[in-house]
Amino acid sequence: MADASAARTTAELTPAEQAVIRPPLVLNKRTYGWIGNYVSSIVEDKTPIWWWICLLPCVLLTAVLGFCITYLISTGVGVWGNNHPVGWAWDITNFVFWIGIGHAGTLISAILFLTRQKWRTSINRAAEAMTLFAVICAAIYPGLHVGRVWMAWFLAPVPNANGIWQNFRSPLLWDVFAVSTYFTVSVLFWYTGLIPDLATLRDRATTKIKKFFYGTLALGWRGGNRQWRHYEMAYLLLAGLSTPLVLSVHSVVSFDFATSVIPGWHTTIFPPYFVAGAIFGGFAMVLTIMIPACAIYKPLHDLVTVSHVDKMCKVILFTGSIVGYAYIMELFMAWYSANPYERAAFWYRAFGPFWWAYWSMMFCNVIAPQIFWFKYFRTHLVWVWIICQFPNAGMWYERFVIIATTLSRDFLPSAWAQFHPTWVDIWMFIGTFGLFGTLFLLFIRFLPMICMFEVKAVLPEADPHHGEKH
Amino acid sequence: MDVAGDPQSKAFGLAAEFDSASQLFHAAEKIRDAGYKKFDVFSPFPIHGMDDAMGLKRSLLGKLIFFGGLTGFLTAVGLTFIPSSIIYPLIVMGKPTNLYTVPAFFPIIFELTILFSAFTAVFGMLIMNGLPRLHHPMFNWERFKKVSDDKFFCVIEARDPKFAERDVKDFLQSLGGQNITRVHGD
Repeated sequence: MADASAARTTAELTPAEQAVIRPPLVLNKRTYGWIGNYVSSIVEDKTPIWWWICLLPCVLLTAVLGFCITYLISTGVGVWGNNHPVGWAWDITNFVFWIGIGHAGTLISAILFLTRQKWRTSINRAAEAMTLFAVICAAIYPGLHVGRVWMAWFLAPVPNANGIWQNFRSPLLWDVFAVSTYFTVSVLFWYTGLIPDLATLRDRATTKIKKFFYGTLALGWRGGNRQWRHYEMAYLLLAGLSTPLVLSVHSVVSFDFATSVIPGWHTTIFPPYFVAGAIFGGFAMVLTIMIPACAIYKPLHDLVTVSHVDKMCKVILFTGSIVGYAYIMELFMAWYSANPYERAAFWYRAFGPFWWAYWSMMFCNVIAPQIFWFKYFRTHLVWVWIICQFPNAGMWYERFVIIATTLSRDFLPSAWAQFHPTWVDIWMFIGTFGLFGTLFLLFIRFLPMICMFEVKAVLPEADPHHGEKH
Repeated sequence: MDVAGDPQSKAFGLAAEFDSASQLFHAAEKIRDAGYKKFDVFSPFPIHGMDDAMGLKRSLLGKLIFFGGLTGFLTAVGLTFIPSSIIYPLIVMGKPTNLYTVPAFFPIIFELTILFSAFTAVFGMLIMNGLPRLHHPMFNWERFKKVSDDKFFCVIEARDPKFAERDVKDFLQSLGGQNITRVHGD
């Protein structure tokens, strides 16, 4: 139908027909050549000044992170504020925060691929890169939290001289498997998606070093259909494998809490609520970094259009509402359970010494995103960026409320204690943002930030029957 | 006719260039119908329906991945059961390892099944595609660099039993192929 009407220009169609036609995914009738040229030029042109200006603070903060880690390893985990009864504190809060951010990347690359949401093509590369960098930031915390870091290999089930084996029924060990599998599969998925684009950069390379670098990474990709058919099958199945994987990862993370007997943690709502929260926070982070990137490289607005931002805001609104429902349901269940400890835990969350964290979480995650019901706020990028900062902050507060608030009030009042972060806690958290920023800036500079071959494939002329009458 | 690569070396095949995905698609259908077997078409992105146009069957990779996943599943079953019930039996929360505690192994079994499947998907794809292979005769042709940009190519290989240079050249021309070139190299 679309092909038959292609003979007439869009302006000649009746309003009813115009309403049926889907808006193009790539604006301004960009060609294959333009997409290849522009996206590659971001990598090939001289390093812009803004890049150095952004890199400098990021590298400095990464250095601060490195210093804190060195100090912590050489002194002991006591330099963190964790102490009885708050044995898990900022470290695990930050771990869950960063792991959650990663989920948006896999959701965009896998679940939207399986559901044939073609608009994902222009944002999946950057979102997947974000996933990897977020998981790297996340992995630092439990790695250090084991205490004696040089013993961290005890996490891996390898035969050892002590004859000791792991407890395979422990959610903490499930977490080791879930997070390491997630990272490995995300790397594989990301690299597989990069191969044809690395071949583009190889074919455009002008210097020997670039030819060697991109040529090696492209593995000799030729773009023959005898290769594409296996490639597409591999990509489809990786998407199919990543979909249950990403849903499992945050579920397993939530098992760390849900399988315990602590009031406020021991609930069955945790897995779906954690997954929804992860997607919610992750999409906010994708928008937080994509909006400035596209503002710097303005022509990218033809690829990452306002319609993309609009759709992502709707995802934030939807998952944010699920999170809000979960919060309310938690409160209801605490009351309905008639368990005094469960009721007390939630009372302390809302009205105890950490009330400010609880109400910040409520405001940022439940109330602030509701403004996305209005189209104006979904389509004006400055507003979108500002509003996305609420989920970013709110999701951190959520994990802090779940972890530190709950632990600070034990069953016996004699065991109660407040949690105070130390300077190492604070600087390590800020430092991971530096690491995240550094990795992302390096990614923008050395790898194509838009998946060129997939965007080319969604142009109308990529259809082999383009322009033919049925 | 143009020649790419060292003319002294073995001829790889005759290659032609096309401007659009639909031209390439219809060229592939005609090459298939003409009975050629050793040919390939190259494009900057995968073209929908090209496997049928070339007469290729569905990729076997999916079946391979099933066995990759099965290996992961069995590995995980062994990894959880053997230490927990034979080498190093643990009593967790008063429960020894038995049939009732099997669900506690599910997360690890699930993760390893996914992990092994994903490895099979990526490395299986590379092996089936003959990658990594940094050099290929097609790379001797300067114009072929455009394959990752905005041009479409096809090649009929010299090892095809039906290959006869004059016929193939005329045939490619009749399909609308431009810059028909004999590509050499091993």
